[in-house]
Order: sequence, then C-alpha cells, then structure tokens
Amino acid sequence: MHKAQFQSPLYPYLLLLPQMAIVAIFFLWPSAEAVRSSFFLQDPFFGNETFVGIDNYTDAVTRSDYGRAAWFTFLFTVVVTFFSLGIALLLAVAADNVLRGQGPYKTLLMWVYAIAPPVAGLIGIMLFDQHIGPIVDFFALFGWDMRVGVDYWDSGIAMMIVATWKQIPVNFIFFLSGLQSIPKGVREAASIDNPSASGRFWTIIFPLLAPTSFFLMIINITYAFFETFGIVDVMLKGEPGNNPVTLVYKVFLDGFRGNDLGGSSAQSVILMVFVLALTIVQFRLIERRVHYT
Amino acid sequence: MWKTLLAAGALALTTAAAQAEKIEIELWHAMGGALGEATNAVAEQFNASQDKYNLTPVYKGNYEETLTATIAAFRAGEQPNIVQVFDAGAATIIGAEGAVIPAQDLIENAGLEFRTDYIPGVANFYADENGKMVGMPFNSSTPILYYNVEALEKAGVEPPRTWEEFQEIAPALKEAGYVPMAQSHLPWIFTENFMSRHNLQFATNANGYEGAEGTRLLINVEPIKAHFAAVKEWIDAGLFGYYGTGWGDNQAPFENGEVAMWLGSSGSFGGLKQSAGFEFSATYLPYWEAVTEEPYNTFIGGAALFAMSGQPEEENEAAAAFFQFLSSPEPQVFWHKETGYVPITATAYELAKAEGHYDQEPAAEVGISQLQQPGGDWTKGYRMGFYVQIRDVMNREYGRIFSGEATVDEAFDIIEEEGNRLLERFAQTQSG
Repeated sequence: MHKAQFQSPLYPYLLLLPQMAIVAIFFLWPSAEAVRSSFFLQDPFFGNETFVGIDNYTDAVTRSDYGRAAWFTFLFTVVVTFFSLGIALLLAVAADNVLRGQGPYKTLLMWVYAIAPPVAGLIGIMLFDQHIGPIVDFFALFGWDMRVGVDYWDSGIAMMIVATWKQIPVNFIFFLSGLQSIPKGVREAASIDNPSASGRFWTIIFPLLAPTSFFLMIINITYAFFETFGIVDVMLKGEPGNNPVTLVYKVFLDGFRGNDLGGSSAQSVILMVFVLALTIVQFRLIERRVHYT
Repeated sequence: MWKTLLAAGALALTTAAAQAEKIEIELWHAMGGALGEATNAVAEQFNASQDKYNLTPVYKGNYEETLTATIAAFRAGEQPNIVQVFDAGAATIIGAEGAVIPAQDLIENAGLEFRTDYIPGVANFYADENGKMVGMPFNSSTPILYYNVEALEKAGVEPPRTWEEFQEIAPALKEAGYVPMAQSHLPWIFTENFMSRHNLQFATNANGYEGAEGTRLLINVEPIKAHFAAVKEWIDAGLFGYYGTGWGDNQAPFENGEVAMWLGSSGSFGGLKQSAGFEFSATYLPYWEAVTEEPYNTFIGGAALFAMSGQPEEENEAAAAFFQFLSSPEPQVFWHKETGYVPITATAYELAKAEGHYDQEPAAEVGISQLQQPGGDWTKGYRMGFYVQIRDVMNREYGRIFSGEATVDEAFDIIEEEGNRLLERFAQTQSG
C-alpha cells in the first residue's frame, strides 16, 4: 500500500496551525479568561477587579434559585432530547416506509429546520399567549387553565414543546439517511426470519441505527443545554420573573442583564466542568455499546 | 451651462463645509416605537434650533441592552456623548466614579445657567447625596391608576382613593363582569413607590444615596408584607388579576376591557389613547389609610440622560447645549403631550397648563401632580447597585406568593437575604 509522507517533520504541524489557532482564540483563551475572572468581582465600567477567592462560586450555588434552575435544566434536557429523538425516529421510519410521494413528505417534515430559534420562540409566544394563544384555548377544552408567564411549570412545558418541535427536523434528516443506508439485503433477510415488523425493527434496524442515535443524542443534549437560549429568551420576553430558566440563560442574565461579570463567569465555569464530565461519561460508557459497521 | 455647474459645485462645497464645521454628538437611547419617533423629533428640533451642533439619536435596544452596550463601549473607549440609563441602572452608572460628568457640572462648565425650577420629585432621583443633579431626567413617569369609565359606571362605583376603598368596591366590579384591577410592574409600583407613598424607609444609608458600603434593604416590614398578603387574597377571590412579569401582559386585559382598573405608568397615557377603544381616565395611586393618613408623593421611574466622560471639550459643550435645550419649556411640553411623560420643570408644567392641555386631558395631569404631593424623608427615591437583579428576585418571589408556592413571610425573607447579598457584592465592586 502506498504511503504518503511529508517531506519535513514540521510540515504537518504547519497545516494544523490554522485549526489550532482557531481553537486557541475562540475556545482556550475565553475559557481561561472565564476561569480567571470567576475569582474576581469586577466594576462594570472601569473593569477594576477585587479578588474574592471562591466567593463567586459559593454565592452562585447557594442562591435559592440555582438549585431550581439546575433541576429545570436537567428535566428540560431529558424531555427535549427524549421527545425530539423519539418523534423524529417515528416520523423517519414512517417516511421511509412510504413508497409514493416520499419527496413532499420529507420536505414538509424538514421545513421547520429553517426556522431560527428566536423565531421559533416568537411563534411559541403567539401560540401560548395567555390571552389569545390558540394552544391555550385548546388545552382549556380539557379543563387545563394554562398560564404561560405566570405559572412556573406551564411556562416550562411551553418551552419544552417549542424546543422539541424546533429540533425534530434535524433528527429526522439524520434518522432517515441512517435508515436509507441500511442495506436492502439485510432487511430482506430479516423479513424472512421474523414476520413481525416491530420485532424486526427492534432487533435489526434499531441496533444498526445505533451510531446515528448516539451521535444525535450528543447533539441533542448540547442543543437542549445551550442552543435553546434563543427560545428561552424570547419566550421570557427578557423578564424572568417566576418562570423557569436554564443554567445557560442564567449565566446571561447575571452577566449581561445584571452586569455581575464575576458571578456570571463562576457559573459558566461550573457549566464547563459539567459538560466536560458529561462528554467523558458519554464516550466512556455509552459509546462502548455502539457498534460501528 | 458650465457656469451653473460651477456655481452648483461651489454651493455644494460651501454647504459641505458648513456641515463639517458642525460638532457631531451621539445619543444612545432605548426608546422604541412611538417613543423613538418622539425622541427623534426632539433631536431634530434641537438641531434646527441652532447651527453649531448636530445630535444623532441611536436606538440601542431595551434599557438593559442600552446599558450593557454603553459599558462595553466605555471599556473600549468608544462611548457615546450621551446615554439614556433607566432608574434601576442609575446606581451602576453613578457609582462608576468618573464615568459620567454630572449634568449640573456639564451645564455650568459650558458657561450656561443651570435651571433652578426642576420639580423636586423629578430632580432628586438622579441627584447625588448633596442634591447635585447627575442625570438629566428625560422620560420621567410615575405610577398612576387608570380606569375604564364605563366599567366603573356599570358597577356604580367611584375610583378608589385608598386600598381600603378598593376592597369595598372590588366585589361590585366583579359582579359587573370585570376583573377589578391589575398592575404592570410589582417592584416599581408595589415596592419602591409603595414605600414612598407611605413614607417608609426602603434601605439604610438614606435609601442608599449615601453610598453602596453597608446599604441594606429594609423591605421585610409589616406594611408591605400586609399589602402583598392582601393582594394574594384579592387574587384568590377574583378581585385582582396577575398576568406575570411582562408589562404588556398586564396592560392588554385592561385595553381589551377585561380589567376595569390598571396601575401603569403616567407615560403609558399616549399609548393608551391609541390602543384603548373606550373612554378611560386616571387618578392617583391608592394608599393604605391604615398605614398613613395622608399619602406622600411617589417618585419617578423611566430614565435619565447621562453625559459620558472622556469626550473633547467642544462635544461636552454640545451635550450641555442639548441638556439646556431639552429642559427648556417648549421641548418639555412637546414631549409631555406626545408621550405622557411628565414635564421636569415647573415652568414647563405651567406652560402646559396655560395651553389648556389639562382641560382637554385631565388624566394627563395626574402623574405630574402626584409627584408634587407633600414629600417625606423617604420619598426622594433610592440608589442601589445590582438593582436589576434585586428586581428580578422580587419578581420571582412575588410570583411565588401569588401562585401559592411561598408564603409572604418566606418570600420576603428571601428577598431581604438575597437582595442584601447582591448589595454587598455591589459594594465590593465599588471598593476595588
């Protein structure tokens, strides 16, 4: 087998340099700055700093709303990831089985993908408005007096629904292409062995989809954690009040609304550590069970 | 042909030169929609009133966004000449010693005469502890009670003067098919101005004016706790509507005739005129007779204009000229009529009166006369840092009271504890 060799041992590093520079400027440097400023209190206008040790950390986690925000973020992430993956898989399997007119189905299901998170939030506000929202009217038929913006969990559920809805198309695209990459021969062989469609799905198709599912799970957890920011922001209309906030949104609230840069940095460092841990867990524990073909 | 072209060219050159000579200054503001148009109109009037300076207003988003943008710009040395900062952000910008030139100094340094007829309820809020004006009050408003005339007639009741009266008339309004009352800003109307209306001390260090060090909230007290306990009872009995923290969410049910009375800003007047399809009027913010026999003045909310430091002398003079223009009677009356924000000088108020504005619109006078009611020791305003977050804590805890998640005692303990922690942290940022 022919092996490509670089002329000089330094050459590969030179080629790596642009990527490394991007990582250093856009990730390492801001992270280091966040860690550093998390130990200081800063006056917003002049940036004069007072060293406060770990005060910012203890202050952040002992506030009465921190535990509540953490719990909500956890639930929000689990619910959004589970439902956006589940519904997308269901739709992908259904679309994969359609023989005629598959194109329009696929296009319609992917449509929502083009909507930016803040716009999704805006649509959410209109649908869930406590005075004129059609979804609120619909729930009222079942005797549920949904009050988004007033009731903690009603607002939370509305956010979860909008965030899930927004994410389904991405998952759908990946699942569908995953399904279409499963060889026909495998399916045909399976249908001879097992006449039950659902049995075939869980024993053959689903395991073959595992790499896609694993990748999507990581993408969705990150989405629910970080990228739902726009949806949360628009749905809260900038006034959190007694509504649920995600931890990422809280970093923004304290840092950019409240001008408390030290406290906000401490919270983002906590998040950074958490995401690092989560990534390690995902790759160590879950990826071992995934079989790549 | 050539001659005309040459002449045109020469003309263009001279006008360009004339324009280049003008000193350009920038104003960053948070006035969207109709208010933004009125702000632009005031800037145009200023530019037309003289030929030395040219002011450009720039919309920077809401109050918080404008403040954040200003801070970022200041740290990069790119700050505008003038910036609009809201009541809750006042401590942040005034506390940053040297970031702003006090309005009074700015005007006097430019050799102009500082006016002496500012309405006290307006001027004190953005002044320092010695009473020197730091921020030039711009859009000043105060909480008042709006009512739907037809709704009150239908129920056969008069607008309430006190909360005791409200308790008496509310069932009749409910009977007539209305939610009797709603409000749009719990920290501003039911906390800060509640304290002022009853002349109750809000924070130590003279409500925070004497410095950030050691300032503590004095909010965990019986009168205001009793008020929130009463509001919770009214909500449970269907006598009061709470529609969340959003301003508009609470104003909307009044505009569509669901709610009979609404506590909003005197600055809401202009907008209500356009949006409410019914006859409405306004009266003073109610008070508890059990707490005080006579009510005290409320103070202003809204925002003020601050002149940023670090600008060339001639631009500071331009900013001073604008402040002087802005506080003169005609622009004040224009602004007052256009938006409903109160005039900031007695002369402007007299002029609006003389023009018969209040004969046509009696409701437009409520805010300004409420600001001129007798004052007490604790009716000047407050000055507290990280106050945006303190307001967020209040909104959260009040929401928990109303939803039944927390008792009044629990909620006020948390507001006091977390509010004081924020004040302490703010004091630390100032000492560094």
